[in-house]
Amino acid sequence: MSEQKIIEIEVLRYNPETDQEPHLELFKVPFTDDMSVLQGAQYIKDNFDGSLTFRWSCRMAICGSCGMMINGIPKLSCETFLRDYYPNRIRIEAMSNFPIEKDLVVDLSGFIEKLESIKPYIIPREPRTLEQGEYIQSPEEFNKYIQFTSCINCTLCYAACPQVGLNPDFIGPGAMALLHRYNMDSRDGGAAQRMELVASEEGVYNCSAVAYCSEVCPKHVDPASAVNINKANAAKDYFLRFLSPKGGSK
Amino acid sequence: MTKILKRSNAPIFWGLFGAGGMLSALFVPMMVFITGIAIPLGFLLPAGTMSYPKMLAFAQNFIGKGFIFAIISLSLWFAAHRVYHSLHEFGIHAGTGAKLLCYGIALAGTVVSASVLLRIGF
Amino acid sequence: MSKRKPYVRSMDGWWKKNPYFVEYMIHESTALFVAAYVFILLVGVVRLGQGEAAWNAWLEALKSPLSVVCHLVLLAGAVYHTYSWFKILPITMPPVIVGGKKLAPEVLTGTALVVAAAAGLALLALVWRIAL
Repeated sequence: MSEQKIIEIEVLRYNPETDQEPHLELFKVPFTDDMSVLQGAQYIKDNFDGSLTFRWSCRMAICGSCGMMINGIPKLSCETFLRDYYPNRIRIEAMSNFPIEKDLVVDLSGFIEKLESIKPYIIPREPRTLEQGEYIQSPEEFNKYIQFTSCINCTLCYAACPQVGLNPDFIGPGAMALLHRYNMDSRDGGAAQRMELVASEEGVYNCSAVAYCSEVCPKHVDPASAVNINKANAAKDYFLRFLSPKGGSK
Repeated sequence: MTKILKRSNAPIFWGLFGAGGMLSALFVPMMVFITGIAIPLGFLLPAGTMSYPKMLAFAQNFIGKGFIFAIISLSLWFAAHRVYHSLHEFGIHAGTGAKLLCYGIALAGTVVSASVLLRIGF
Repeated sequence: MSKRKPYVRSMDGWWKKNPYFVEYMIHESTALFVAAYVFILLVGVVRLGQGEAAWNAWLEALKSPLSVVCHLVLLAGAVYHTYSWFKILPITMPPVIVGGKKLAPEVLTGTALVVAAAAGLALLALVWRIAL
């Protein structure tokens, strides 16, 4: 039988009831090759310190709960494996650019508000009654937005975006990708309503095309592209609103 | 969120930034090579390529004039926009002052190059 | 009473913490190289407007070894600007659809770099034509 391998996991701890600021704590975790970083955290919670706090659910990269900074890189801890770091030390921290609630749990309320603000639902281009039947959509029309539907709201893109950290009001990559998903849907007619947000001071022009959001996205949504396409759309709206009869958005 | 949203004026600066970034990406490397390396070293290009009569004629030509103006002005707007954003990124939130300084330099360069090029005549 | 006390981390030095951000800052800084060159060019335009003697003095100044070395540095910066500008093009421009499929980012960047090289060579050819 081979020797039990031990990996060092450094965890950024923060207890709002006792700590003034976060600090690192080191754990020596026995592991097997099939163990994810999430399982490493679970081992610590079960065996060393039951107060270690982190979010997780599905363990298979679809629920989007277990994002954290792993050696400074935003990743889903369920699909990142301890074996890929051994024999080096791993450092896990709460996702960057969010306030830390406790240990690895961040405060997502700002993100949830942003998500609501983009009107993430179909605003019918032409309302139809049940008798009129379903909306027809061609494969070409479907392909225009399908990529942007893959978002699992893991917020790794927010953790990757320095502009979100510098200006927490920036609507950010994930919400903009979802906004773009609805704008690009042939059934939707809400683009003009959403433009007010896109073109606002909280909108797309906070982005300086760092593009790291698209790099870390586990679902290849490419939020950077969605944000930048909407810079062009907002510029068009800015200059052409003088020509449009309705005057564009405010 | 029932915040009142204020429309950003960024499209103006973003448009100038994009145009300048694109134009400088296409031409500035070769221009640096020609005016700063090849001509001074008498390398590759014939002697007298940038002689006074030739360059004056180039600057008096409608296309030549437009090219020089576009390169100088738009590149400055491009650089001003990036520097302004970088200040913010380095944590220097100088606000209106920094904005005026960055874009002011670009505006000054635009005005100076335009007035000289107009005075040179057609 | 709520025991909540969310901790907001400082952004100081964020750009040093990830190689991706270091590269970002380097490519952002190429704007300074472009600006420096354009200032030299602007001085040249002003000197051209002042007449032949002033123009020749500007040309002479460009011949100093310090100037040539500076321009080699500016050239490196300008070339990196061109490279990085087109490297992020697949993200900054709307997707190009060819035959119903999105053009691969490498193809788009490669094509743009070829176009940039062609534009530079066309400029060189034009200057040649003026010279002869």
